[in-house]
Amino acid sequence: MTQELVWRIAGGSGDGIDSTSQNFAKALMRSGLDVFTHRHYPSRIRGGHTYVEIRAGPEPVRSRGDGYNFLLALGDSFARNPQEDAYYGNEEVKPLAENLDELREGGVIVYDEGLVDIDDVPDFEQRVEENGWHVYPMDLRAIAREHGREVMRNTAGVGATAALLEYDMEHIQGLMEDRMSGEVLQANLDILQMVYDEVEEMEFSHDLRMPEGSHDEEQVLLSGSNAIAYGAIDEGCRFIAGYPMTPWTEVFTLMTQHLPEIGGISEQVEDEIAAAALALGASHAGVKAMSGSSGGGFALMSEPLGLAEMTETPVVLVEAMRAGPSTGMPTKPEQADLEHVLYTSQGDSSRVVFAPGNVAEAYDQTRAAFRIAYDYQLPAIVLYDQKLSGELRNVDESFFDREPNPDLGSTLSEEEIAEAAHHASGKFQRFQHDPDNDKGVSPRSIPGQKDGRFLATGNEHTPEGHISEDPENRVAQLSRRRRKLESIREELDAEESSHQTYHGPDDADYGIITFGSQQGTVLEAVDRLNDAGHDVRALGVSDMMPFPDAEMTEFLESVEEAMVVEMNGSAQFRGLIQKELGRFGPKLNSLLKYNGDPFEPHEVVEGSEAIIEGDEPAPTTEFVPAAGD
Amino acid sequence: MSAFNAIGENREVEREEFTPGIEPQATWCPGCGDFAVLKSLKGAMSDLGKSPDEILLATGIGCSGKLSSYFESYGFHTIHGRSLPIARAAKLANPDLEVIAAGGDGDGYGIGGNHFMHTARENHDMTYIVFNNEIFGLTKGQTSPTSPKGHKSKTQPHGSAKDPIRPLSLALTSGASYVARTAAVNPNQAQEILTEAIEHDGFAHVDFLTQCPTWNKDAKQYVPYVDVQQNDDYDFDITDRKEAAEMMYETESALYEGKVLTGRFYHDENRHSYGSEKRSVGEMPDEPLAERYHDDDYEWERSYDLLDAHK
Repeated sequence: MTQELVWRIAGGSGDGIDSTSQNFAKALMRSGLDVFTHRHYPSRIRGGHTYVEIRAGPEPVRSRGDGYNFLLALGDSFARNPQEDAYYGNEEVKPLAENLDELREGGVIVYDEGLVDIDDVPDFEQRVEENGWHVYPMDLRAIAREHGREVMRNTAGVGATAALLEYDMEHIQGLMEDRMSGEVLQANLDILQMVYDEVEEMEFSHDLRMPEGSHDEEQVLLSGSNAIAYGAIDEGCRFIAGYPMTPWTEVFTLMTQHLPEIGGISEQVEDEIAAAALALGASHAGVKAMSGSSGGGFALMSEPLGLAEMTETPVVLVEAMRAGPSTGMPTKPEQADLEHVLYTSQGDSSRVVFAPGNVAEAYDQTRAAFRIAYDYQLPAIVLYDQKLSGELRNVDESFFDREPNPDLGSTLSEEEIAEAAHHASGKFQRFQHDPDNDKGVSPRSIPGQKDGRFLATGNEHTPEGHISEDPENRVAQLSRRRRKLESIREELDAEESSHQTYHGPDDADYGIITFGSQQGTVLEAVDRLNDAGHDVRALGVSDMMPFPDAEMTEFLESVEEAMVVEMNGSAQFRGLIQKELGRFGPKLNSLLKYNGDPFEPHEVVEGSEAIIEGDEPAPTTEFVPAAGD
Repeated sequence: MSAFNAIGENREVEREEFTPGIEPQATWCPGCGDFAVLKSLKGAMSDLGKSPDEILLATGIGCSGKLSSYFESYGFHTIHGRSLPIARAAKLANPDLEVIAAGGDGDGYGIGGNHFMHTARENHDMTYIVFNNEIFGLTKGQTSPTSPKGHKSKTQPHGSAKDPIRPLSLALTSGASYVARTAAVNPNQAQEILTEAIEHDGFAHVDFLTQCPTWNKDAKQYVPYVDVQQNDDYDFDITDRKEAAEMMYETESALYEGKVLTGRFYHDENRHSYGSEKRSVGEMPDEPLAERYHDDDYEWERSYDLLDAHK
């Protein structure tokens, strides 16, 4: 079996852990490996335990994996709290002390002895012995100071990693040359050399080496948030309005950085109500527009969201879930906003919700969200979470080589408006039911077009937009808006490829179902379960509304029992399945986790085995793993 | 070729063109001041030669929100207090549109107060008409942000303990570049002010005093009024922020003492509108963004080149 590297860099928030890990991940990708990162950080700017894991191997990597095998513990340079009983405790050694639980047997540890005093790490020697860890203390800070600045100890740490794993330093040097110049570059290159020389004199006791891989084509390293932003750009979105909130800010800032360059507009506004309202205003005026937020901010958007449904204004909203309720845990993932996103805002809703399961799907489904929103004139929501927002994964560059789509969907030209039905008042009948269009869509005009005048109103309205409480009109309008959802389901079902991901043997007895970001973890767990002699098939669902009833029914009919894996405490996705299908309740189990960390494959494996091997069916059993890290 | 041929037709436009062909039953009460807003807005648009198709009128909720039903143009009857963010985005998306937002005192100064402050701050090129009748009308007479201190209603049965908001001062402080107050009892002055406000390149705030004969019997306070521009007692420089601020303070205090001063209070013609500021720092394209979606020759950039940074 080929060895994989799961490298964890740990330090203090603000110590450059994020950028260092991104660069190293890129170097690994450039050298032909498939990579996947997992980010763990506190809601603090300076100081506090943070780590990033990079899993790298020659084959596509779908999840963070179980535990890790290489720890680079840098020390927290912002931990300067002298009080013994300080709330956060002694943080200086946390990058080492806090990370030992998940380090695999035989793993490698490099720590910065310039900052970390081993005597402060409880039972360190004993644990090293018990687990067969290989420990390499190095004064990374001193090396960095000697050739540059203290902050460059990150470079020293990466250099030590590379040297210990016998990884070609050229990849790291090349990346540095791309990103730096002058004295800074030289200092970093000197640090790499010094570390390399130092490691050469050390005796290796570990057998972990950098795996080898080779890509056939150029790769790009993207996060879920990156992919959503680029999907929006490629689908012709040129207007974004937002208010900062973790982790949605990642999409917002990337769009803001690029939109003006390519002729678009970005607006940071006073609150999320305004943000969603701006997106509606821009869309109404004939521009592809988006907004978004995370849980609490999205709650504020509920009013404009309903207005978009009632006025049939296309818009795409992004919801980046984090642990709730309320402000919850700002930097920790959860999938507990599913019901919020499906049902927020009053009245019978007509909206589309996609929950992409990985970086490539985030791109694809953002494009699909725009296309459907504009074709069908309704809000489409891209629901993802803090995990997918921050994880980096390599994708073939050619995957993104697709034509931009500026098509505004179901709109009319002035010539078509002239031919269209007009009310006696002269108003264009923008909300007229068209018996020839069984999709329920009435093409719209755009302000400024000749004779296309209509009133868009959040009140129920007649075909030309006048407010009306006439019962017949109400039924006709509401039914038409609801009809759009059915049409979208028909269209999605007819497409060649499904948004849902299947994995494992078609005739498996046991099923595992998940949605959104837990997809990769579940797929990996399914492989292990099947390798262990079980008979398991996975279904990762991305369409939340309209729900893929037929696909789900077929899947559930094919298995004897199924487990729904989701990151929340109330089994929201399982509830959705039962609500949509109205049956299969006794077949379904839940595996829930809501401690702020996403699932690891072994947890899904253990959860499944407990159910599969259980003597009695346990339809309502919930497995809630104890809080790990 | 433009996709928006109605914009900039430059023809004579009759006031009647802004009346829906079949007049919808206006559901404002007899004697309501809102009729005067509608009348003066139609007159102003006619004076300016604007075509109904090039106007977007965004309104909030309540009696004032119904304006978009009775005024012939593109309309967006939005939600409580949200006409401003919708209107200003439409203006950014297509600066050629004539964008008007309207709402009531509860809608505009209460629930939409945050948007009011920020839209004024950013100085979007649009006109904001606030129907100020010192009461919630459509929800049947509750105290509003402009109701006088001591005002009794079902929601403040002991008399309001709150001082009323000072909308003109708030607009000025926030950054509006045109601030005026007019009154339903003088539609001629109102029409002149609206014409000037619409022509103004920047955020024009018009506090429009409208009487509510049903829920606010004190509506009589709006008569008589004094036009500060036509009265030598009120000599001040409307381009001077400090003098304007002092005059506004006096006006807003006098209102609740039964003295109604109306007219133009601040006009800064030198401050650039948000759109032009945004364009000058490279945050907005020169031509209307909305036009591009109809321009077959426009070359749409895609993310492909942007991916270089991720290689």
